[in-house]
Amino acid sequence: MLALPPQQAIPMAHGALPLLYTFHFYLFGLIAVGSALLFVTRKSPVAAALWLVNTMFCLAALFVLLDAQFIGALQVIVYAGAIMVVFLFVIMLLNLGQSPPADIRGIWWKIAAGAVGIAILAQVAAVIRAKTPATLTLPVGFAANQVASTGAVAPVAGPLFNDYLLAFEITSILLLAAIVGAVVVGRQRGEDLAR
Amino acid sequence: MLAEALFFSAVLFAIGVFGVLIRRNAIIVFMCVELMLNAVNLTFVAFAQAYGTAGQVFVFFVMTVAAAEAAVGLAIIIALFRHRPTVDLKNINLLKG
Repeated sequence: MLALPPQQAIPMAHGALPLLYTFHFYLFGLIAVGSALLFVTRKSPVAAALWLVNTMFCLAALFVLLDAQFIGALQVIVYAGAIMVVFLFVIMLLNLGQSPPADIRGIWWKIAAGAVGIAILAQVAAVIRAKTPATLTLPVGFAANQVASTGAVAPVAGPLFNDYLLAFEITSILLLAAIVGAVVVGRQRGEDLAR
Repeated sequence: MLAEALFFSAVLFAIGVFGVLIRRNAIIVFMCVELMLNAVNLTFVAFAQAYGTAGQVFVFFVMTVAAAEAAVGLAIIIALFRHRPTVDLKNINLLKG
């Protein structure tokens, strides 16, 4: 396991059962990693999409364990419920589900991809080892207490509609542009319709 | 749990990069990008617990960008499929000189 900087080793005091908490954290994390590995190696796009949905459910469980209950619910509703359904819908619309040709690249690509993956893992591990100033760290159990006192939505909604209101409004413009763009790109041309 | 969450996040991100590099199915490459965005979300939530819960707002923004990207990307894939019935990136070389 990665070495913990001293000020990060504290938030173990989770509820009355820290051991059970740690067990569930590792359980869902390992299921997420295993599902992700199955996802990138499945030949059928439908099977791959369903393994990715499983990964997203496990990530939602990790979010709940990290005191982000509202984000966990959003993960299930938006990612697993909406975005992945669009993916599955397109796979079925293009009829890619049955006997797809093998699309995994050759051995040299696999070696190169493995090397890049290990390099990125090493970089992120180096970042995790870097120390952050202790003054930035919240007291132990701060997030859990906040959820207990104000509810799960307020810690997200407060900053979203105060500090980040402009970004929120720009997000709605982004979504509008994406909707218009998807319709324009995806529609059939006039001559195709006339045929 | 910060170090453990960052560790799982790094592993998931690396798996996403690996998938983008070894697959040629355009839809699966897209789903690998979604996996990478999810890994970053896990990082945001873990840091939000340790350094300030306002960090969870950024997960919201990442999800919005992911939804927009999925909508536009899948529309492009449908348009390409109509042009030539394949989603294999080997056959999609319209912009190649």
